[in-house]
Amino acid sequence: MITRRQLVGGLGATGGGLLLGGCDRIAATPAARAFFEGSERLTHDVSRATSSRFSLAREYSDAELSPLFRSNGTSSPAATDYVRLAASGFRDYRLVVDGLVRTPLSLSMSQIGQMPRRTQTTRHDCVEGWSAIGKWTGVPLGGLLRDAGLLPAAKYIVFHCADDFGAGKYYESIDLFDAFHPQTMLAWGLNGARLPIANGAPLRLRVERQLGYKHAKYVMRVEAVASFASIGAGKGGYWEDSNDYAWYAGI
Amino acid sequence: MATDTANIDEGRSDPQPELTPGAKERFYRHLLPTRLWHWANAVVLCIMLMSGLMIFNAHPRVYWGNYGANSDKAWLQIGPTTTGGHVVIGSVIDIPTGGVLGRWKDKNGIERTRAFPWWATIPSGYSLAAGRRWHLSFAWVLAALTVFYLGAGLLNRHLARDLLPRRRELTLRHIWHDVKDHARLRFPTGEAATRYNILQKLSYGGVVFILIPGIILTGLTMSPSMDANFPFLPTLFGGRQSARSIHFLCTVGLVAFTVVHLAMVLLAGPINEVRSMVTGWFRIPRPENEA
Repeated sequence: MITRRQLVGGLGATGGGLLLGGCDRIAATPAARAFFEGSERLTHDVSRATSSRFSLAREYSDAELSPLFRSNGTSSPAATDYVRLAASGFRDYRLVVDGLVRTPLSLSMSQIGQMPRRTQTTRHDCVEGWSAIGKWTGVPLGGLLRDAGLLPAAKYIVFHCADDFGAGKYYESIDLFDAFHPQTMLAWGLNGARLPIANGAPLRLRVERQLGYKHAKYVMRVEAVASFASIGAGKGGYWEDSNDYAWYAGI
Repeated sequence: MATDTANIDEGRSDPQPELTPGAKERFYRHLLPTRLWHWANAVVLCIMLMSGLMIFNAHPRVYWGNYGANSDKAWLQIGPTTTGGHVVIGSVIDIPTGGVLGRWKDKNGIERTRAFPWWATIPSGYSLAAGRRWHLSFAWVLAALTVFYLGAGLLNRHLARDLLPRRRELTLRHIWHDVKDHARLRFPTGEAATRYNILQKLSYGGVVFILIPGIILTGLTMSPSMDANFPFLPTLFGGRQSARSIHFLCTVGLVAFTVVHLAMVLLAGPINEVRSMVTGWFRIPRPENEA
């Protein structure tokens, strides 16, 4: 039989030790890392298993737009090259599509504007918890990748950005499942106007079934790779490298 | 499970005969699945609460509808004032909370202006990424425990026998009678102590049938991929930001339940109550005039 003293002492030590500060130490152990990574994989696999390749994120009506689509992260890149491009209205901007492709592309904004476009009013969910609804117009990523012709070894698409964010350039990566989703696009328009610099001009990624930090802004180069282990710190994105955010941001 | 059920039937009356002939002294109150679930759930809900408060700290404002961000109207927010901290609800209620919420000193004495203080969050220092790892990992454990408890409770008839209110218990007069008994701290004795009273049934039922399923479903609704896979989710809760608000309100409900639950355990006799949730055996309190 457990005495009250033992019980109170035991609960106090366990509860106090585990919940105050102890958790910080537990989280650093290899077992905790393995548990976290295993459950991240489980979340990814379940979310993929319950989705079809083409299950769409909900599209809203114009009446449901956020009055203001807030800017987050970088709102005005300071990199010299970007500032020069922006000053000329991105006339000299070229989107590069390369890496594991048959035909690397280099496209001006006017070429991109003439390509097939899609407009979708979707909800942007930030990892922090807020949401904003915006109407995006852009070129479906799948079409660009088909034009370039992915080589069989290509497994991931990496987006290299113009903005210096903290330690290094912002970048993000997604797999082909999301890259060829019909709502995944490089957007050049927001709410019927040209995409503002605060929201990622001239091109930003929309990958509607994932959280905001995957939606790279100021995209300069789209690279098809077999692995992102040699890019940045190897975790597949700026926030993944610098702050240990999960690579899969569907939840 | 079968072994357990057999135990109850054999163990319902104490083998030791008692002073009052025919009256039972001990009662096998909690089945093994209930006990396992109870303690695992207690630990997991603590982790979910504290890691959830860390996630809340990343954006300490809640909204109704599909969208909601800094320029939109929040129905509740927690944050710093120029010198203290406050909780603002709607446009009327403004509660000063400096020192605890919105502005507090961390364990090194450094002043911080996040919503919930270091001692209430996992991890104790601000990290949205780490809070999410804890929360989204243990969410699986919470879901598994919930399925285990509800499944076991259906099979061993715990839900139907112990938690389902009887028709006669659902009259206002009966409920009011129980409320008065609770307020006077008059706890059931004898045969009545072997069953949950109606307030227990409603509060335990509210936790296992409403608050926990609700908090799991609203949690899923905050996931953009789950919303694409199951579009009924955001519709069910009136939008993603409404789901986030309901998730928060379910948390408030679970915390309130836990506070009252612990208070009742202390008042009703903590040793007997805790022992029954550890070993299953509950000593039946006798009426005072017999004791």
